Amino acid sequence: MTDTIVEHADQHLAKGESLIEMDGVGKSYGAIRALRGINLTVNAGDVTCVLGDNGAGKSTLIKIMSGLHPHNEGRLTVDGNEVVFSSPREALEHGIATVYQDLAVVPLMEVWRNFFLGSEMAGGRFPLAGLKIKDMRRIADDELRKMGVVVKDINQPIGTLSGGQRQCVAIARAVYFGARVLILDEPTAALGVKQSGVVLKYIAAARDAGLGVVFITHNPHHAYLVGDHFIILKLGASVLDKKRSEVSLDELTAQMAGGDELAELSHELGR
Amino acid sequence: MSHNVQTPQGSQRPPESMVSAEPSNRVSLGLSNRVLARPEVGALVAAVVIFIFFFIVAPAFRSPESFFTVLYQSSTIGIVAVGVGMLMIGGEFDLSAGVIVISAGLVNSMFCWWFGVDLWVGALLSLVFCLLVGFINGYLVMRTGIPSFLITLGTFFILQGANLGVTKLVTGSVSSPDISQMDGYSSLGKVFSSSFKVGSVTVWGTVLWWIAFVALSAWILQRTRIGNWIFAVGGSSPSARAVGVPVLRTKIGLFMTVSFLGWFMGMHTLYRFNTLQSGNGVGNEFLYIIAAVVGGTLLTGGYGNAIGVAIGAFIFGMTSLCIVYAGWDPNWFKAFLGVMLLLAVMVNLYVKNLSTRRKVGLA
Repeated sequence: MTDTIVEHADQHLAKGESLIEMDGVGKSYGAIRALRGINLTVNAGDVTCVLGDNGAGKSTLIKIMSGLHPHNEGRLTVDGNEVVFSSPREALEHGIATVYQDLAVVPLMEVWRNFFLGSEMAGGRFPLAGLKIKDMRRIADDELRKMGVVVKDINQPIGTLSGGQRQCVAIARAVYFGARVLILDEPTAALGVKQSGVVLKYIAAARDAGLGVVFITHNPHHAYLVGDHFIILKLGASVLDKKRSEVSLDELTAQMAGGDELAELSHELGR
Repeated sequence: MSHNVQTPQGSQRPPESMVSAEPSNRVSLGLSNRVLARPEVGALVAAVVIFIFFFIVAPAFRSPESFFTVLYQSSTIGIVAVGVGMLMIGGEFDLSAGVIVISAGLVNSMFCWWFGVDLWVGALLSLVFCLLVGFINGYLVMRTGIPSFLITLGTFFILQGANLGVTKLVTGSVSSPDISQMDGYSSLGKVFSSSFKVGSVTVWGTVLWWIAFVALSAWILQRTRIGNWIFAVGGSSPSARAVGVPVLRTKIGLFMTVSFLGWFMGMHTLYRFNTLQSGNGVGNEFLYIIAAVVGGTLLTGGYGNAIGVAIGAFIFGMTSLCIVYAGWDPNWFKAFLGVMLLLAVMVNLYVKNLSTRRKVGLA
């Protein structure tokens, strides 16, 4: 099931090497400061979990890493070089693949076309080279089967799949194309218990293959199952930044549920 | 309490995981379903019906000569419609596509006439001019985020006004000068507006060019990376960008394709008639859009194909001439076109619903 990850992982990854480094990174949209002072390191063979409530800045954080929006404060270093990504294409070229929360699929296009969108297999480099349609159909189908998803027809528009199936296509695609870093934005939000398990196994497999994984979730239980490093965001700033050895599931859950504020509230309510 | 454990459905329900993971869940669709899912089916049915209808009511239509005249008429709309169809699949409009045809011809003829240079120089200059207009259209749409409907409505009026104004300044009238005696006229005429006889039938070069452009467009849309990008930017441009599709380049390229084909048609018009009326071309942009929509292109983008657009243009050519062949008042043509458009939109909606619904249930 997880051989795809091993096959496609960059062979030169050294466990523990730092792939993405953020130093005081921040982002403002006009007058709104969505993110500030974020320090984060994504190491090869590590799972970094980013937790936080709605509007905490989780999505902004990964949009910076995946190239969707450039940051405008601090430094972003990828493979030792400082970068400002101007498009997701640049991030992909660095081997950084992302599963977006909205999945980034085109509903009217076929499943296999969505799978290969932006990274199509063609017969040559010249612009009018024919696509390798048969190979693309077969690979997309095989990769989905490895995740336990059998679509009725690989040529059907992806909009006709269920939400969970679409999520699996997006994950299978990122796993197939992400050679160095895999970013997952709330990948388990739309999934049932069994398929959430499959996704968590993929995350663990990617970690074992030496990839750096960034896992965004608001489920501390899922995070604690696979995470090596935990960051909790609140109102665009980091409020907790600890290694696995320094934090317990209870502490994570308490922090996610409101943390100190909750304790204060419970004191005020006095029951 | 203990009898609750032996619920009746406990042992009878089939294991769900088996059902969803078995390959037998696969559905191979019947031929009729696969055919119905294609965008051009509605247009093809309409074309056949209209063809049979005029074959019966218009005796003058029943000859190979008039069939090829219909093809010529279709090609004059069809060539630019190839580009407009691709642009609409890419999710944008170009309202300047009608007048740019005239602008292209005017730039060529008046530049060469004024400076007395070879017409080939003007043709190349005109090409550069048209590509630049397409680039500006695309660049403004992408950089400002203003809908292409408004941006190209602006360029439409600019070009329309400039066509009339500049022609008046240069020649003192509303028509362009006679260029039939200038250098390069005959060689350019061979490229853009030649025709040859096969028996009694006149075959215009534009028909062959049209077929070539349609074939190229069909190949690009279905079989190349760029085609994939065109469908993606039309279907969901934020998703396309997120997975690494160069959205800006794709869309600007589409606008430039339309203006390139507009230039091509402008060259044909110029070298066929040698003078141009500078007020012409207005309204043709809608004919291109109608051809694309009748051919199954979705107005909101992301769906359609080249063959459908070609059939749409053929329906236009056939009806515009056959109304004359049938001896009817040609003024009815526009009314007919409107009816066709409405029917096409409804048929497309019906077919699209049918083709997406059948996949949910077991076919």
